[in-house]
Amino acid sequence: MIAALFAEAWHSMKANRMRSFLTMLGMVIGVAAVILMMAIGEGAQMTVKESIASMGSNLFIVLSGSATSGGIRLGAGAAPTLTVGDAEALAQLSAISAVAPAQPGTAQIIYGSNNWSTTVLGTTPSYLVVRDWLLASGYGFTDADVRSAARVALIGQTVARNLFGNVDPVGRILRIKQSPFLVIGLLVAKGQSLDGRDQDDTLLVPVTTAQRQLFGTQFPGSVRFIMAQAISAEAMAGGQKDMTGLLRQRHHLPDRAENDFDIRNLTALADAAAQTTRVMSLMLGAIASVSLLVGGIGIMNIMLVSVTERTREIGIRVAIGARQRDILLQFLLEAVILSAAGCFAGVVCGVGTVLLTYLITGTAVVITLSSIALAFLVASAVGVFFGFYPARKAARLQPIEALRFQ
Amino acid sequence: MAVDVLLRVEHLSKSYHTDAGDVPILKDIDLIVERGESIAIMGPSGSGKSTLMNILGCLDLPSGGRYILDGRDVGTLDADERAHLRSEVIGFVFQGFNLLSRATIQDNVALPLLYGGVAPAARQARARDMLDKVGLHGFETYLPSRISGGQQQRVAIARALANRPQLILADEPTGNLDTKTSHDIMDLFVALNANEGITLVLVTHEADIARYAKRLVQIVDGRIVADGPAERLLSARASS
Repeated sequence: MIAALFAEAWHSMKANRMRSFLTMLGMVIGVAAVILMMAIGEGAQMTVKESIASMGSNLFIVLSGSATSGGIRLGAGAAPTLTVGDAEALAQLSAISAVAPAQPGTAQIIYGSNNWSTTVLGTTPSYLVVRDWLLASGYGFTDADVRSAARVALIGQTVARNLFGNVDPVGRILRIKQSPFLVIGLLVAKGQSLDGRDQDDTLLVPVTTAQRQLFGTQFPGSVRFIMAQAISAEAMAGGQKDMTGLLRQRHHLPDRAENDFDIRNLTALADAAAQTTRVMSLMLGAIASVSLLVGGIGIMNIMLVSVTERTREIGIRVAIGARQRDILLQFLLEAVILSAAGCFAGVVCGVGTVLLTYLITGTAVVITLSSIALAFLVASAVGVFFGFYPARKAARLQPIEALRFQ
Repeated sequence: MAVDVLLRVEHLSKSYHTDAGDVPILKDIDLIVERGESIAIMGPSGSGKSTLMNILGCLDLPSGGRYILDGRDVGTLDADERAHLRSEVIGFVFQGFNLLSRATIQDNVALPLLYGGVAPAARQARARDMLDKVGLHGFETYLPSRISGGQQQRVAIARALANRPQLILADEPTGNLDTKTSHDIMDLFVALNANEGITLVLVTHEADIARYAKRLVQIVDGRIVADGPAERLLSARASS
């Protein structure tokens, strides 16, 4: 019986090709919009997630505090209060899994006839752990290198490209501020950071080498900042408190004094960025859903017109033995076929548009199966929902009035 | 005497509600139709004969009285049960043919079988048989708009026959046809009545058409004013 009514619905739609097509169009656009918007939203979320992951997870950065010189406060990082010793002490805290002191500076680097200015970061082997950074080739420096202030360097992809071109940099000697350094490792590419810096434009050397041979220090062992990684996201709040207590104690601060350092939770920033994109993609989805709703209303509109137009046909069908539910089912099936077909075409159009968007603009896009499934499900539900009212109207027509209708 | 009653109408009345109050259309109608009869219902416009036809066809319900069709009291049935009864017992033929313009002739004839729950292959086979019976072999794939009015009415008759009904209700079946075609159609009805024992009830206002029936019921202002053999009533009318 359903199959027969399905055939009836199909015939009636085929007989009204243009009308069926126009009805479907709303659905096609709605579904395509949902898929496109969700793909862009997912793409944005993925980009942000990658940026966050490239920064390292559960990260703190400890900056030395502000110094005051003649009434002028010099801002965070100006006072040389943090030391390698602080970093080693922080590493003992149970909530902290890895700590890396960092002494950055800018230097001109020379290899052969090429030269390049970049950030040279003096640090310890744990820096790679804290930043989740792997080596593309070679090996990292060791604690022994740090103790002996060895002249070894790990270089980022951007530095490698600018100084070495196609030559394998590992094992070569480059010069930083006239001193020769052996390149022992090449870092993998990390790409842009959240704020747009090129994370690969850097060079890592042992912290002791940076302090003693490249940039000097305000006092022995001082570092500009310390990066610390908590053992888990849940441990971050406790970790921050423990670190504050420990540093205050090590810096001999009286109870009333302000901190002479500043601990920042980088994950909070990342979370905010992720939250923003999530809200954005939700909003895109909501806007697209509106077009799906409009498509559904379009179907209802046309079905209502169709019911009125075919009043006499309904009368005939009732007179020759159709029950109310036969009529209801036929019109409901028409609405469902229209929305399902529109949905299918919409998925095809949507995926096509997504690919086109990617090819033309290069925007990151992600088509998930769940977004297609969701669009399909919602569209079918919309079809049934908006198809029901006209179908019920058709089924409730009084046969004699329907037959009298011209 | 055991009479085989197909339909029985007792004290049937029908009125419509309007803003000006109830308008009575049918008043105290009593009618018994036996299986195999052929009856013409005649009356001037507005006499209520079409309303009576709609009630006999279970498309409308009486306001008062009882209507029993094939042993079932129609007044007590719900819409779906009436639809079932229509599908099982009744075949309709209308003045305006009422074919589905977008379906082929064969599909039109097969349509009642769809609602009767017949399997697809059997539907099409029976539809072809019915078209043969009304003399439309070879027209199966035509659309209704491509054939003449007389042929369209034959399709409508084939459709009415498709469910093998016991009763054919024909409402002004020749109203849209020329004289010659009208007589051809009436010959077909008479043959179906005589050869297959299908009870025929037709509404008309033409004496020439009414003459094809054996029994004539005349309605004026919602009341039956005459009921008897068609030939006698019609000749009496002509002589008066």
